[in-house]
Amino acid sequence: MGSTQTHQHDERPLSDIEIRVKALESLLVEKGYVHPETLERLIQTYEHEVGPHYGAKVVARAWTDESFAQHLRDDATEAVASMGYRGRQGEHLVAVENTPEQHNLVVCTLCSCYPWPVLGLPPAWYKSSAFRSQAVIRPREVLRSFGLDLPESTHIRVWDSTAEIRYLVIPMRPTGTEDWSLEALAGLVHRDAMIGTALVRT
Amino acid sequence: MNSIHDMGGMDGFGPLVLDQDDACFHDEWERRAFAMTLAMGATKQWNLDQARAARESLPMLRYLQAGYYGIWFEALEKLLQDRGLLQPQANAVALGLNQLAPQDVKQTLLRGAPTEREGRTSPVFKPGDAVMVRAMNPPTHTRCPRYLRGKQGMIDRCHGFHVFPDRHAVSGEEAPQALYTVVFKGRDLWGDDGSADLVSADLWESYLVPLC
Repeated sequence: MGSTQTHQHDERPLSDIEIRVKALESLLVEKGYVHPETLERLIQTYEHEVGPHYGAKVVARAWTDESFAQHLRDDATEAVASMGYRGRQGEHLVAVENTPEQHNLVVCTLCSCYPWPVLGLPPAWYKSSAFRSQAVIRPREVLRSFGLDLPESTHIRVWDSTAEIRYLVIPMRPTGTEDWSLEALAGLVHRDAMIGTALVRT
Repeated sequence: MNSIHDMGGMDGFGPLVLDQDDACFHDEWERRAFAMTLAMGATKQWNLDQARAARESLPMLRYLQAGYYGIWFEALEKLLQDRGLLQPQANAVALGLNQLAPQDVKQTLLRGAPTEREGRTSPVFKPGDAVMVRAMNPPTHTRCPRYLRGKQGMIDRCHGFHVFPDRHAVSGEEAPQALYTVVFKGRDLWGDDGSADLVSADLWESYLVPLC
């Protein structure tokens, strides 16, 4: 357990979980199960490469290219892969489009399933017990805590990701953006709009 | 298993706390626990459903207190211990275990682990069919949430045949079954007390019975 003796950048003693994680990492490397550089690359990938900016490009393209939008409806996995986004925790994708009549909200009540290849890793609130428990029963109230108060005339459909199908919400395109470039449109699309806890606004 | 991970429809977890930032990790140990879990997963000593089962079978107070990556880490320790991988004599050479090489990370992530399989039969249900979720309470892993059991819904879409997690978690057999998106009326789930108009979930064929 020599790893607990390694230098620290501050004076704070290591917590129990920090000690256990460091100890296990040393052991896994020593036993040859994991390569230290592999761990760095995994962290780098999800912390700095994959993220909601990928999903935003998918949405912007769906708004501007009807044949792509149709491809997304028919086979979102393949449509998204055609843009280079695919793989782990997004092996089977479904895109769900918001309309004035129906707003879509994605949750995973059993764990925290989330479409990694297009949105990256989930934010803390998505993984929280409060969101996982309430989204399926009181979505209107959940959306209000995000500052989103939908009219009663807009129905809410909640998608519980209980299998390996991952959902990407295609938000409605804001009016007045008809002549916007793809890049400018993608810049409007925030992560939460692709989970269903926000709308896209100019 | 009917534990605390299956929390759809529960009250009592307090208000939703929204992030102040977009960071996916808040502590260095979370980064390490995440990466170790993925790297060990790639060595195929267990499957994804077995990893989920290990997380869900943590004592419920631990599950609630550990935090997301804390749950991952505790489950990782348990999976390693249960398979004897932390024994003094155990190592990659002795076990013939192939580690995930740094240069293979990108391709491995892009490949992912699709769960769709060739079906040996045809799906029993078709879109529009009325179904009821079976009464079931397995003490082992299942992806059928409690809040849907015994409820009536309608087949929305069939996704082909997918690895059946209930079996995969216990014996490692894939035993693929037809997988459906089943849509439920909020009122049928929650009476007058919910605000969802529709709720859908992805359910395997053996979770469902036909309603005529």
